[in-house]
Amino acid sequence: MSSLYARRRMTNTLNLAASYLTMAFGLFWLSWILITLLKYGLGGINLAMFTQMTPPPGSAGGLLNAIAGSLMMALAGTLIGTPVGILAGIYLAEYGNRGWLAPITRFINDILLSAPSIVIGLFVYEVVVANSRHFSGWAGSLALALIVIPVVVRTTENMLRLVPDTMREAAAALGAPQTKVIMQVTLRASKAGVITGILLAVARISGETAPLLFTALNNQFWSLDMNQPLANLPVVIFQFAMSPYDDWHNLAWAGALLITASVLGLNILARTLFHQKNSQF
Amino acid sequence: MTPNTPTKISIRDLNFYYGKFLALKNINLDIEENKVTAFIGPSGCGKSTLLRTLNRMYQLYPGQRAEGQILMDGSNVLDPKQDLNMLRAKVGMVFQKPTPFPMSIFDNIAFGVKLYESLGRREMEERVEWALRKAALWEEVKDKLQQSGNSLSGGQQQRLCIARGIAVKPEVVLLDEPCSALDPISTAHIEELINELKSEYTIVIVTHNMQQAARVSDYTAYMYLGDLIEFGDTDNIFTTPTQKATEDYITGKFG
Amino acid sequence: MPKLSSNGLLKRGVLLDLIFHNVTRLFAFLVFALLAGIIISLIIGSMPAIRAFGFSFLFSAEWNPVTEKFGALVPIVGTLATSFIALLIAIPVSFGIALFLTELSPAWLRRPLGTAIELLAGIPSIIYGMWGLFVFAPIFAETVQPWLKQSLGATTLLAPLFDGAPMGIGMLSAGIILSIMVIPFIASVMRDVFEVVPPMLKESAYGVGATTWEVVWNVVLPYTKAGVIGSIMLGLGRALGETMAVTFVIGNAHKLSTSLFMPGNSIASALANEFTEADGELYTSSLIELGLILFFITFVVLALSKLLLLQLGKHEGKTT
Repeated sequence: MSSLYARRRMTNTLNLAASYLTMAFGLFWLSWILITLLKYGLGGINLAMFTQMTPPPGSAGGLLNAIAGSLMMALAGTLIGTPVGILAGIYLAEYGNRGWLAPITRFINDILLSAPSIVIGLFVYEVVVANSRHFSGWAGSLALALIVIPVVVRTTENMLRLVPDTMREAAAALGAPQTKVIMQVTLRASKAGVITGILLAVARISGETAPLLFTALNNQFWSLDMNQPLANLPVVIFQFAMSPYDDWHNLAWAGALLITASVLGLNILARTLFHQKNSQF
Repeated sequence: MTPNTPTKISIRDLNFYYGKFLALKNINLDIEENKVTAFIGPSGCGKSTLLRTLNRMYQLYPGQRAEGQILMDGSNVLDPKQDLNMLRAKVGMVFQKPTPFPMSIFDNIAFGVKLYESLGRREMEERVEWALRKAALWEEVKDKLQQSGNSLSGGQQQRLCIARGIAVKPEVVLLDEPCSALDPISTAHIEELINELKSEYTIVIVTHNMQQAARVSDYTAYMYLGDLIEFGDTDNIFTTPTQKATEDYITGKFG
Repeated sequence: MPKLSSNGLLKRGVLLDLIFHNVTRLFAFLVFALLAGIIISLIIGSMPAIRAFGFSFLFSAEWNPVTEKFGALVPIVGTLATSFIALLIAIPVSFGIALFLTELSPAWLRRPLGTAIELLAGIPSIIYGMWGLFVFAPIFAETVQPWLKQSLGATTLLAPLFDGAPMGIGMLSAGIILSIMVIPFIASVMRDVFEVVPPMLKESAYGVGATTWEVVWNVVLPYTKAGVIGSIMLGLGRALGETMAVTFVIGNAHKLSTSLFMPGNSIASALANEFTEADGELYTSSLIELGLILFFITFVVLALSKLLLLQLGKHEGKTT
């Protein structure tokens, strides 16, 4: 009896110790990556990065055009994708209890959510770039919008579902038509959660490279023209990092640090916003 | 029933289904104007279900349906041609848990009013004050009308919901266990309120608290497993019930 | 009685409801149409390659832009192999992390550590790629790879797996970096489902004298198996489609080899490296067909996992 017990205790101790190790393992990589990023990238963060354009090979410069392009496409992608996502999310949460469209849409949304972003880029290439015969900032924005949509649909639906039915009934009991119930009461009640979802979607597209590779491509010069290839941080980083030039490597690390800081910042912002307002229910 | 008092709502041969399950069986009931009618009975007897047919709240959920007639002022509430929003403007409802909307106290009250009336700023303020006074809440919130509805205590929130329901000047007010989430003092306030309101509105209240029904209502309906077992003057029901089942429930033999 | 300023107000409400309902329905349908659009446009784009190579495309390891002979075998194997390696490492590690966060961690550490793991998930994949190439690969080549070669590589069975010079890049490196990327996804979902196990369930197990490990292995895990499987599928989906983390270190070589140390290719990295340079209709179309194959693989994985979850949900009467 006691040897069985001893064996059980040993198994327990070993497995729990392994669990500690895995946690340390995870933290180890996280720290190593972040420290690397800071070590190589911090040196490159200077005024020049924000004021000069991407340089030709072998010389120093900045990332201004890339930063501008990324901001523009992120904004456009969010503006296009968010309304679509919210409206579809409203449909799923408020009208989705009957009929066939809702369950199928949910299923498809989950697939799109996990679809490889490079395939999304390929799709936009086929539809937009091949037809218009040139790469453009709009194509890039569209690809980003297609990544935003499933995220916003999912979070909007989940947040709306959290609103208790009695609140909807209370509004309906006053004679409010369903549109007003949804827009003025239910959506308002889940405002914080929906905004969090949007912020998370923005964080996600800020770091995406693959969808921009064949849509916005890249632009060495300063340009705000969305109809032409547009410079953007991720593709610039990709190009510079894979090159043999040291100057370019430095800029790539600096850009990487910038992107990571924005993405992590957005994530933290979304998290604090959500936890603050979530005490309602 | 006292003669010569008009009937506000006449329920005739009402059957109600959740999917295939028959939850209300052949209910026939008259609800008098400007009186308080209480529905009592053990859990699952159908009292809330019955209440929710009166403003067709069940219609929000597929799979629930009602058959029969509910006549209010002559027209059948259950008629598919009946405008639902119109009906609900006439028949107000207060729920078990207070549900203040995510807006200021002022906007909470104004919400329902704005749906059907276009009042100027001054008139709206008067209406809000009137509703809050009627709900005995005005003195407590008059200085903080712009604060969120959530900043009030449970009892205050419930009175806010009552004020909200009254502000649209309905004819009937349905109360679905309005005090079950409240402490005894708030409950007492609300019962006082009900007593005052009945002179202007027809009130139907569902309660699982028999003593509350005895205190507050003029007529009581006792229900059990979807059947209406007995209906009559509250005093008669509680002192000389005619059905054994009623007597058993009232004396606490089961419940 | 409310002053009905107009019967029109009521009619307008009904009209508004109708319009709103249909507008939202339209956008929900748009999501549906999007998927259809993706599949259709990929098929159209792949047509030239499909016509030229047919099914042999899937089994050919040839990839020659000059003679215009293309085959998907190398990228497909690369995608599957790196994902397999990634999951092999990620699943036990994520499980350990989730266990730690729910059972072992002191309360004050729980939130910060959980957040740290989620932040790991938020780091853009290009960062993993760069770190992999510039930091991980050299160290890997100097320390771990030689060790692996000498230990496991000495056995006759596993020798072919560790053939070739340790360059730091290659299939194994790509798989390891991919696993680090995927761990936070799997771990946070596992942690979420572990957290909603009713305390009473665990307490009943502890109550008969079970150790922590026994409670987790015999009670928590079976209870949450739907969510756990879901998290693994999520991680797999991510691993299959990941581009940047893999492209930097996989080596971009269209050669099939048994060694994990050799460079290879995954579908995503082939696309990333070659698409913009591809000239010629057949070349481009072959790449698009690769994209179609990748989409198909992830679609199947996700659909299977949903079906599996549905089945499990039916058996237990609840879904996670």
